[in-house]
Amino acid sequence: MKMKKDIILCGVGGQGILSIATIIGQAATEAGINLKQAEVHGMSQRGGDVQSNLRLSTDPIWSDQIPTGQVDVIISMEPMEALRYVPYLSPSGIIVTSSKSFVNIPNYPDEQALKEELAALPNVQLEIEEIAKELHSPKSANMVLLGMAAPYIEILSVDQLRSAVATIFARKGDAVVEANIKAFNKGVETSSL
Amino acid sequence: MEKRLLLGDEAIALGAIRAGLSGVYAYPGTPSTEITEFIQTNKEAQERGVRSRWCTNEKTAMEAALGMSYCGKRALVCMKHVGMNVCADAFVNSAITGVNGGVVVLAADDPSMHSSQNEQDSRFYGKFAMLPIFEPSNQQEAYDMTASAFDLSEKLGVPVLLRVVTRLAHSRAAVECGESRPQNQLSPATDNTQWVLLPGNARRRYAQLIDKQKDMEQAAIESVYNDAVTISNSESAKPVGIIACGIGYNYVREALSDIRRTADANYAILKVSQYPIPVEAVKQLADASSEILVVEDGQPVVEEDVRKILGATYPVQGRLTGRLPRTGELNPDNVAQSLGMTNAPAFDPAKNLAARPPQLCQGCGHRDVYGALVEILKEYENARVFGDIGCYTLGALPPFRALASCVDMGASITMAKGAADSGLFPAIAVIGDSTFTHSGMTGLLDAVNDKSNITVIISDNLTTGMTGGQDSAGTNKFEAICLGLGVEPEHVRVVVPLPKNMPEIIQTMREEIAYNGVSVIIPRRECIQTAARHAREKNAK
Repeated sequence: MKMKKDIILCGVGGQGILSIATIIGQAATEAGINLKQAEVHGMSQRGGDVQSNLRLSTDPIWSDQIPTGQVDVIISMEPMEALRYVPYLSPSGIIVTSSKSFVNIPNYPDEQALKEELAALPNVQLEIEEIAKELHSPKSANMVLLGMAAPYIEILSVDQLRSAVATIFARKGDAVVEANIKAFNKGVETSSL
Repeated sequence: MEKRLLLGDEAIALGAIRAGLSGVYAYPGTPSTEITEFIQTNKEAQERGVRSRWCTNEKTAMEAALGMSYCGKRALVCMKHVGMNVCADAFVNSAITGVNGGVVVLAADDPSMHSSQNEQDSRFYGKFAMLPIFEPSNQQEAYDMTASAFDLSEKLGVPVLLRVVTRLAHSRAAVECGESRPQNQLSPATDNTQWVLLPGNARRRYAQLIDKQKDMEQAAIESVYNDAVTISNSESAKPVGIIACGIGYNYVREALSDIRRTADANYAILKVSQYPIPVEAVKQLADASSEILVVEDGQPVVEEDVRKILGATYPVQGRLTGRLPRTGELNPDNVAQSLGMTNAPAFDPAKNLAARPPQLCQGCGHRDVYGALVEILKEYENARVFGDIGCYTLGALPPFRALASCVDMGASITMAKGAADSGLFPAIAVIGDSTFTHSGMTGLLDAVNDKSNITVIISDNLTTGMTGGQDSAGTNKFEAICLGLGVEPEHVRVVVPLPKNMPEIIQTMREEIAYNGVSVIIPRRECIQTAARHAREKNAK
């Protein structure tokens, strides 16, 4: 069956966006799905906004960047960063985001207004940092987010993504793998409610 | 065949290793840095003893590569586009000497200036030096072309330019990786008349380079990377001709990927990934088409050529005519638009949005340097701080707003000198450790010789920070370098940039500004990013 999914991963430099990309990339490679993943390096990593265009398809992929209006899922570690890419969202697309603002600029928008604007868009949001803390694994907040997004990625199954989490963290030992799988599962569970 | 998920940069690196590379010579620069980093940590490269240490600047890199080539071995030179300006002397003259072992010069261009101060197009340098250019459209071509470029370099006896743009350099895709070719044996050149560019020799070599132009074009005509593709469901009218260069080809194909379902679509595409531009193919495309649209990322290099080839009356569209934007990178939206299609947004842009510019890290030593400078700036009416290229360029932004300029590698010291020569006081330069050894040392010597009244701050974080923490050429040598260049020993001052040392740092700056001559202050503390990395590495052991 033909299928394609265009994803934007975004957040603030240092929030762990690129490890989400690595895991989806691993799962796609394992599943034999075509992939292009464009990422930002250099200056933008210094506390600035960071994004990665991730394209998955059973057909060959041409452009490394996703056209306007075609993104299926925006996966964001930060609510305002999710809003930055709204023009790219397809009519049937969805935003999966952390609900917690990361305020490192003086002119950060009014949080209530931001919340309302986000609520008017197709979205799933969660206090991922809080959940990760409750799981005694604050560093796994990005895996909670990936778990939340997993049911919407569709071209890869939740199981395929979970197994990629294990593969990517294997190098760091069983405890780290377990903590990240737990965070991932919690995310899946919450978004499926 | 082995399939690997690789960045465009990594595909070039692995392609070079498998093509029998003996050395990579490079200075870090976004978006080219990952090529050399990949080679430095690659097991195959280590087993083969591929030389891969960072160079002091792009010129020393280019020259060392030429020396390796002289000895018959294959060398790769990597840099960002503006690095081509630094190595231009060596690069242009290497076209006259030609090569013995293959030389590939990789220039990573940055249209849209994601991390650069201009969007110059390196293909102009290729044309200027009269050399073949390769421009991959995707990661697989990046891998394959690196080997092709080495082969062509040795076949024609000239260096070959390989040009990528940010979007390919920093995008990942699966690449099929072939077998390794052995490295070349040591076989130093024996014909000195080729390599000694005295005018008599150089005139002969230049004539030979011009002779080779037809061979370069023939190679482009026969190239597997240049291709003619027709996308059509209609024979009613002449097609629109498209010349799609490098990554531009992808955006064209993206825009036309659904076109088979629409009526009367008729496009004839000439994909160009190897230059010089094949003239006959352009003429044939023009004859068969109603107009030509040139889709190229960067500056209108090919568009200008095509206009010359087809004459003033033929309709050629592109960046010069406004069909595509004159500035900024190509993307799937502006290329679709140039083909008369619209990628419409389904949702309006968000209202509650603010720019989030990059910042100096919390705890970074540069912060303390600027904290002190901001205080100093209050004390003198005409104080100016001339900046340079690195993380510390961010000192131009709030909360510091401390910089008067940032132009090119090393310009802080020389601009401060020129300003001091004009009578400006105090004229202060801020330059990073790696940038200082790259291009600041010669300017400092000028200032010493002229007894210029400047204060130079070499903000030493023991690394090349902005590109991700590569080794810095001058680490542990800065006091010796400054003394060697003739700065008075009592005016080479070292401080530790920490908030608790602020009074001492400010006092040191005051004293050195008051000294009428060249003084150097070296605030030295390791980059917090590399310090954290070193701590992790130590724990892992």
